[in-house]
Amino acid sequence: MSEQIKFTIDGKACTTEKGTNLVKAAKENGVYIPILCHLEGIKPAGSCRICNVKINGRFMTACTTDVADGMVIENITPEIQELRKIIVETLFVSGNHFCPACEKSGNCELQALGYRYQMMVPRFPYEFEEKEVDANSNKFYIDRNRCVLCKRCVRSVKSKDGRSIFAVKGRGHKAIINIDHELANQLSDEEAMEVMNTCPVGSILKKERGYVDPIGRRKYDTQPIGSEIETINV
Amino acid sequence: MSKPIVATTSLAGCFGCHMSILDIDERILQLIELVDFNKSPVDDIKEFTEMCDIGLIEGGCCNSENVHVLKDFRKNCKILVSVGECAIMGGLPALRNNIPIRECLEEAYLNGPSTKDANPDRIMPNNEELPIILDKVYPCHEIVKIDYYLPGCPPRADLIWNALVALVTGDELKLPYEVVKFD
Amino acid sequence: MNSQVQNAVEKFGKDASRLMDIFHEISHEKGFVNDDDLKQIATEVGLSKVDAEQTLSFYHFYSKKPMGKYTIYLNDSLVAQMMGRAEIADAFEKATGTKFGSVSQDGLFGLYNTSCIGMNDQEPAAIINGVIFPKITTYRVRELIREFRTGKTATEMINSFGGGQNQSSRIQAMVTNNLNRRGAVIFADYNSGEALKKIKTMDPREIIDEVKNSNLRGRGGAGFPTGLKWDFCTKSPSNERYLLCNADEGEPGTFKDRVILTEIPDLLFEGMVIAGYAINAKEGILYLRLEYHYLKNHLETVLTTMRKNGLLGENACGIDGFNYDIRIQFGAGAYICGEESALIESCEGKRGEPRNRPPFPVQVGYLNKPTVVNNVETLCSVVKIVMNGAEWYKSMGTKETSGTKLLSISGDIRYPGIFEIEWGMTIKEMLEMAGAINPKAVQVGGPSGRLIAENEFTRTICYEDLPTGGAMIVIGQQRNILDVAKNFTEFFIEESCGSCAPCRYLTVILRNKLQKIMDGKGVLKDLDELETWGKQMKKANRCGLGQTAANPILTSLENFRHDYISRIEKGKEFDTKFNLEAAIQESSRVVGRFPQV
Repeated sequence: MSEQIKFTIDGKACTTEKGTNLVKAAKENGVYIPILCHLEGIKPAGSCRICNVKINGRFMTACTTDVADGMVIENITPEIQELRKIIVETLFVSGNHFCPACEKSGNCELQALGYRYQMMVPRFPYEFEEKEVDANSNKFYIDRNRCVLCKRCVRSVKSKDGRSIFAVKGRGHKAIINIDHELANQLSDEEAMEVMNTCPVGSILKKERGYVDPIGRRKYDTQPIGSEIETINV
Repeated sequence: MSKPIVATTSLAGCFGCHMSILDIDERILQLIELVDFNKSPVDDIKEFTEMCDIGLIEGGCCNSENVHVLKDFRKNCKILVSVGECAIMGGLPALRNNIPIRECLEEAYLNGPSTKDANPDRIMPNNEELPIILDKVYPCHEIVKIDYYLPGCPPRADLIWNALVALVTGDELKLPYEVVKFD
Repeated sequence: MNSQVQNAVEKFGKDASRLMDIFHEISHEKGFVNDDDLKQIATEVGLSKVDAEQTLSFYHFYSKKPMGKYTIYLNDSLVAQMMGRAEIADAFEKATGTKFGSVSQDGLFGLYNTSCIGMNDQEPAAIINGVIFPKITTYRVRELIREFRTGKTATEMINSFGGGQNQSSRIQAMVTNNLNRRGAVIFADYNSGEALKKIKTMDPREIIDEVKNSNLRGRGGAGFPTGLKWDFCTKSPSNERYLLCNADEGEPGTFKDRVILTEIPDLLFEGMVIAGYAINAKEGILYLRLEYHYLKNHLETVLTTMRKNGLLGENACGIDGFNYDIRIQFGAGAYICGEESALIESCEGKRGEPRNRPPFPVQVGYLNKPTVVNNVETLCSVVKIVMNGAEWYKSMGTKETSGTKLLSISGDIRYPGIFEIEWGMTIKEMLEMAGAINPKAVQVGGPSGRLIAENEFTRTICYEDLPTGGAMIVIGQQRNILDVAKNFTEFFIEESCGSCAPCRYLTVILRNKLQKIMDGKGVLKDLDELETWGKQMKKANRCGLGQTAANPILTSLENFRHDYISRIEKGKEFDTKFNLEAAIQESSRVVGRFPQV
C-alpha cells in the first residue's frame, strides 16, 4: 500500500495517497474545489485560475498541485471566494454568453459556477467583441462567443497518430481556438460526442443535436455544481 | 399607512418577464394587498403620477425611446430593479451587438428575404415619430444606476415574488438555488 | 511541395522542437509563412497544421501573409512616445499612404507597432527589414520612404555607425552604445579567456561554492540566488542538463544586454561556458530577442572563434569530458518569453506560455531535463567572480546586495544610456548622475516594477530596499501620469500569452476603465474599482507578467492619486460614459435622418 499523507482544508483534517492531485484529494475528502479548465485524466493547465486556493499562505492553483504531507489549505475564505467570483464574471464579459439561447444552458460549467457564486450581474461592463463561429467541420462547430479558452479540447482531443485537432491561435485577449478540419472530420460520431462533452461551455457543439434535455432535468437545474462532492460522507 | 408603489416597464424585451410576474399565481391577490401600481402595462397607467418606491425594468435599451423611459424610471423610482437577462445584459436583442448597425438595418429593410423584393424604393423607417435605434443594445445598468438584479429568461416567478416581498417588507431576500437561473 | 520549405525543415532535422528556427528560415526568405507552408511543415515534423500555427501565431514577428517589401516596426514604448513617436508615426503614414497595422496597396510598405525594441536611449526608433533605425526624425522618414521607392534596401540606408563595435564590419549598425559609466565588474578591463583557463584547475563544485559565496543574485529582476539555482540543478538526477541564457530583455526600458552583446559578447559566452561546466550541461543556448538580430553575425563570429580555440566543442577549454557548445536561439517578439519557463517552451518550438510550477526548470526544464536559465548580466558577473573571488565581489554593494548593477536609464534625462553602479545608490543620486530634467516620477524596473514619486527618491537601489532589473524610466513634470499607466497597461495586454483568464481579460477591463477616466467620464467609484480589481491580478495569475500587469495602474494610483482625482467628474457619483447622441449617430446616418434625440 502506498504512503498516506495528511493535510487540512479550511481546518478539516484530510488524508490521501502521496502524490495525489489536490482537486482529486479534496474530492476524496468531500471538499469541492471549483474547476473549469481542469478535467480529470488530462494534463492540468492551471489556466482558468478558478481553483485558486491558498496553500501554506500562498495563492496556488489546486489543479496543478500535488498534495504534500502537512499542507495547510484554505479553500473557502471571503478573499478566495471573491477572487473566484471575479474570475467567473471576467469570463462572462470577455465572451458573449447568451445563456437563454445556448444549447448547453443548464449543463454549462461556467453558468453553474455563476450560480454557485451567486452572480446576479457581472460587475464589469460588457464589451460584445466580435467572435467568429466556425462550422466548417462535418461533425461539430465551434462558437467562439462562448469559449473560455480552458484548452480542454486542445489538451485532450488528438488524432489516431497523436496530432492535436484543436489548438490555440494568437495570444492574449485575441487568442482563439482553431480546429484542424481535416483531422476533425476523421472522428467518429461517438468521438465527436466526447469532444462536445469535454467542452465545459457551449462552445463546441455536435451538429444536428440542438437542445436535448428539458429545463428542470438538466445537470445544474436543481443542484449546484460541486454539491455531489460535498455530500460525500467521510 | 400607504402601500409601497411599484412601476414596471418593458423596454427591449418580449414581455416574458411581465408574464413571469403573473406566474406568481394566486399570490397575485397578496401582491395587490402589498403594493399599489403606478406606471405599468399591468394597469395601463402611461405616465408617472407620483414618486414610486420600486421600478421593475424588463428589457435592455435598443433605441432612444428605451433610454428616455429608463431615465424617467430612474427619476421617478427610489429603487430600480433590472428584471431578466435583457435588462441585465441585453439578452437576445443584443445578439446583434457585434454586427454593425448598418448591416443590421440593411438586412432588415433592404436585403433580407422578406424585404428584398418588397421594398423597391429601398426605404428605411425614417419618421420623426419613430425612436432611433442605438448602435448596440445596452444593459440598463450601463445607462442608469440599477440597484438590484433578478436574472432569468424569464426570472422565475418565485424569484420575482421573493424579491418583491423582501424589498417591500425589508426582510432578507431568500435565494433558493433553483430560482436563480440565467435562462 | 515547396522546396524552400522542405530545405528549412530538413536543415533542422524535421524536429518539431526547432519550429522557431524553421519559421525564421522561411520568414527570412519571403517574409511570411502561409497556410500551405504550415501544412507542409506540420506534416514533416509530425504535428497537425493547427498545432504548427499555434506556435506561429503566438509571436509578433511571424506572419501568415505578406508584411510589405519594407516591413516597418515602429517602437511603441512609453519613452518612444515621450520622444515624439506620434509625429514619426504620422510621417510614416503620410509618406507610405498606409495606416499602422496594414500594408500599402502596392505591397511596398507594411507599418506595424511593436513593443519596446531595446532602444529607449535613442528613440524614436524603428526596425525596418531587420535594420535598426534609431533617432528617427520626420525628415528621415520622408527620406527613407523616398529612397525605398527607388529600390534602395534598408541596409543601404544606413548612413552612420554607432560607436564601439557597432561600427565593426560584423555589425555596422546605427545603434549607439551610450555606455555612460563603466563599473568594476561587467565593463571593467578584462583579458578575454582568462577565466576559462582558470576553470581548468577548478572543480565544478568549487565554482558553484564561489558563486554561492558571492551572493550573486539573478540580474533579470527576480533576484534568485544564482549559486543556489545551479546547486539545485546539479542535484536533480539526470544524465543531461542545459544552460539557457536569457537575452530576451523585453522589459520596456531595459537595453543593457544590447550593449553587453555588442561590446563584450566574449565575456558573456565565457560566463555561459563556466555555468555550463559548473552544472555539467550538454549545451548552452543563448535565447536572443529577434529585435537584436542585427548582432547575429557578430555573435556567431565570436562563437566560431571560441570553437577554433577549443573553448567550445569536445573537451571544451581543454577539460576532459566536458563536451559543450553554445547555439543561438532567436525569439520572435514576445515579452513573456523573458519568463524562464516560457523561454524554455519557446526554445522547444512552442508557444511562449509559462509553465506551472513545481516542477521548477532546475528539475524539469528544456526538453524536460534539469535546466538553468540565467540572465546575460548574471553570467557576465560570474566570470569576474571566478577570476577575482567571492570576497572581492562582496566588497562592493550593500550588506545584502553584492556587486554592481547595470542600469538602463531613459526618459526625461540628459544622458540616456547604460550606467554600471554599485548597489546602494539612491534614486536621487541616480537622477543626478543621469542628468534628470525636472523629474516627477521614476518607473523602477520597467512596467512590471513600481512608479515612484519624489517622496521615494531617497530610497536605495538594492534588494533590501528597492530591487530592480535595471530599467529606469525618468518621467518629467510635464508628463501625464495617466498616459504612462495607459501605455504600460496596453503593453501588458499586447504581451499577455492569454493562458490565465484574469491576465487575458481583466487587463482589458482595467485599461477600459482607465480610458473612461482619461475621457473625463470617471467618478470616484472608478478609482476604487481600479484598485480592487487590479489587486486581484497578483493573486490570480500564474506568472510574473500577469501578477504585475496591474502594477502601472496600482502604483500610479498609490503615488499619483491626485493626477487621477483631477480627471474625475466633480459632484457626480454615477456615469457609465453612455452618450445617447453618439449611440444614434450611425443609425441616423444609415436611414438618412438628421440626428434627433
